[in-house]
Amino acid sequence: MGANPQTIIDKLWDAHVIATRDDGDCLLWVDRHFVHEGSHHGFGQVRERSAMIARPDLTFGTADHYVATRRGAIQDQDCVRMVRQLTQNCAEHGIVCFGDGDPSQGIAHVVAPELGLTLPGLLIVCGDSHTSTHGALGAYAFGIGASEVAHVLMTQCVWQSRPRRMRVRIDGTTGPGVGAKDIAMALIAKYGTGYAQGCAIEYTGAVVRALSVEGRLTLCNLSIESGSRLGLVAPDDKTIAYLRRAPYAPQGEAFARAAQDWLALASDDDAHFDHEISLDAAEIAPIVTWGVSPEQAAPIDSHVPDPARLSDPAKAEAWRDALEYMGLQAGQKISDIRIDRAFIGSCTNSRIEDLRAAAAILKDRKSRVPGLVSPGSRLVQQQAEGEGLDRIFIAAGFEWGGPGCSMCVGMNGDVVPAGERCASTTNRNFKGRQGKGSRTHLMSPSMVAAAAVAGRLCDVRELMRESV
Amino acid sequence: MVPFTILTAPACPLGLENVDTDQLIPARFMQTPRAQGYGGFLLHDLRRTESGSMRVEFVLNDPRYAAAAVMIARNNFGCGSSREAAVYVLADAGFRCVLAPGFGDIFTSNAIQNGLLPARVAACDIESLLHDPSVLAGAPITIDLMEQSVSSGDKTFAFDLRADFRQRLLNGWDTVDMTRSYAKDIEAFLVRDLAARPWRDPVR
Repeated sequence: MGANPQTIIDKLWDAHVIATRDDGDCLLWVDRHFVHEGSHHGFGQVRERSAMIARPDLTFGTADHYVATRRGAIQDQDCVRMVRQLTQNCAEHGIVCFGDGDPSQGIAHVVAPELGLTLPGLLIVCGDSHTSTHGALGAYAFGIGASEVAHVLMTQCVWQSRPRRMRVRIDGTTGPGVGAKDIAMALIAKYGTGYAQGCAIEYTGAVVRALSVEGRLTLCNLSIESGSRLGLVAPDDKTIAYLRRAPYAPQGEAFARAAQDWLALASDDDAHFDHEISLDAAEIAPIVTWGVSPEQAAPIDSHVPDPARLSDPAKAEAWRDALEYMGLQAGQKISDIRIDRAFIGSCTNSRIEDLRAAAAILKDRKSRVPGLVSPGSRLVQQQAEGEGLDRIFIAAGFEWGGPGCSMCVGMNGDVVPAGERCASTTNRNFKGRQGKGSRTHLMSPSMVAAAAVAGRLCDVRELMRESV
Repeated sequence: MVPFTILTAPACPLGLENVDTDQLIPARFMQTPRAQGYGGFLLHDLRRTESGSMRVEFVLNDPRYAAAAVMIARNNFGCGSSREAAVYVLADAGFRCVLAPGFGDIFTSNAIQNGLLPARVAACDIESLLHDPSVLAGAPITIDLMEQSVSSGDKTFAFDLRADFRQRLLNGWDTVDMTRSYAKDIEAFLVRDLAARPWRDPVR
C-alpha cells in the first residue's frame, strides 16, 4: 500500500525486471519454461548456434500436442517422430520431460498447476498461446513464439514491454448451469475477440472469488481469445489450499513463508488500471458459439443472429461467411442445431471438475452421437477412474481416451471429419481447427454432455431439472 | 535479421477480419522443417479447393498481386495460436509487411523476430487502401518505417508500432546477442531476487 498503490500486474512485473532499455523494453527473468513437441523450431535455433540451454533445471517438457489419445488408434509415424524428438531434445539438454507413458504426462497447462510447477508470483512462458491459463494461480504467464522459445532456452530471459493493465470485474451471482466457461465466453461475446489486445487482465469480483481454482484456470485460459496474452487472478486461500503438498511446490515452513508472500501480491486498494470493464453474472446464460470466431456466440435459448441487422458491412460479410461455413441459417433456433459428435477435453476443460460436471449429466443417459473424453493428464485420468467417471462415460457411449491436446487442434490425428459438427469443450472454433472442414461449437463440459444426450445443441438446465 | 527501412511493393488487398493463425497455416503442416520453406502453406485452405487446386477467385491467387510484399487486412490479424509458423508462411511467400487496424499480441512479437512489419493502420485508412483503384490494380505502395507512413499515389497514412519494435526492425538486432550483453545485470538480479523470493525455484 502506501503512497504508490500497485496492481498485482505491476508487482509481478517489477519483481522480474533485470534491466530496462531506453525505449522502455525490459529484460525479464523467466522462472519456468514449458516445452512441448511443437518447440522443435526453438531447439533447432539453439542447435544452429551451437548454444547451451541456460537453465535446464527451470525447463520442463510435456508431450501433449502430438500424443495419441485414443486407445488402439493406429499412430501416424510423423506424430510418433514428433513425440520422440521432444524426449530426445530434453534428454540431450538435461531437461525433465513428462513424455509419453510418464505417470505425470498430460497437457502442460493441466500438469504444471497440479504438480506445483506453477506457483503464484512466478513468471512462466511456453510456446503455446494458452499459457495464460497459469495466471489462475497468480502467476505472470504468457505464450511466446518459436524465436522467443529459443531465446528463453539460451538465456532464461525474455524481452517485453510493460502491458496496459485491465481489470475485468464480474459481480453478482451466476444462475444454474452457468460455469467458468460460460463466463469467459460471455465476456468475449460481449466485448469481442480483440477487446484486451495489448493488455494484461486481472479478473476480479465476487464471481471470480467464488470460482474454484479449476474454474479460474478455465477463465484465464480463454484470455488469449480476448486478445490478451495474459489474464490472472490474485492468490487467495483457495490458491494456497490447491498448492499445499503439490510435489514441486515449497514444503513445510518454506511453504508457509511463500504463502504469506503470495497473499501480499493482491492489487492494492486504489491501484490504477488503464481499462476497467465489468459483467453482471445475472446476464450470463449457458452459451455456445454459432460461428468461426469465439466472439460469434449466443445464449443457448436464443437464435442464430442475422447478418442483415448489422450496420458494419465488413462484419456482416464475416457473419455471412461464418454461417455458410457452419451450414446454418440466420434466425434458426440454436437448440435446433443437430450435432454429429462430441468432444470433452483440452487445456480449457479437461480437469477433474470438468469431467465430474459432464458425467453428472451423462449418468444413466445415452449419447446419441459418438463422443470422446480426453482427461487433461494421467493424474486427472487416474482420479476420474478412481471415482468411476470413466464407467459413466463408457456406459453413455463415449470413448474414454488418454491425456493430450487431442481433438482440440487435431495435430495427433484425432480430427472431426469434414462437414461434421462437433459440440466441443475446447477453445477455438476457427475454420478447420478440429480438422479440415470441421464445424466446431464451443461450450462448457455439461453443455457438451447435454448436446450429446439430445443429439443437438441443448440447454443443460432442462436436463438438470429432469435429474432433480 | 535484415534491417527494415523502406519497402516499395504491390500489396495484396486480403481484406479479411480475424484472420487467425490456424487460417494462416493449418496445424497439419507444422511438422515440416523450416528449411523446406513454408511459403506454399500460406492461407492454404482458403487458397485451395477441396481437391487442392487453386481457387482463382481468391485474392491471393490473383496474378496482379503475385509480387505482393504487403498484405492489407481488417482487424485482429494473427489472432489465436502462438505458432510462429504463421509468420514463416508470410515471410517465405515474400511478405515483409502486414497492414491492419490490430494484431494478435503474440503474432506481433513473432513478426518482429522475423523482420516482418506488423503496422497498425486506422480502420478508416485500411478501408481507403482496400478501395484504392491503384492498390487494386497491383501498383506498388511505399512503407517507410522511419517516418511510420504508408503511401499510395498521393495519399499518405500514418501507422503505429511500439517504439522498441520499431528500433529492433530498423536495426535488425539479434536479441540473443543483445541479452548476453546483460550478463552482469542477470547475475545481480538473481542474487537480490533470491532474497525476495526464496521460494522461486522448483523443490525437486
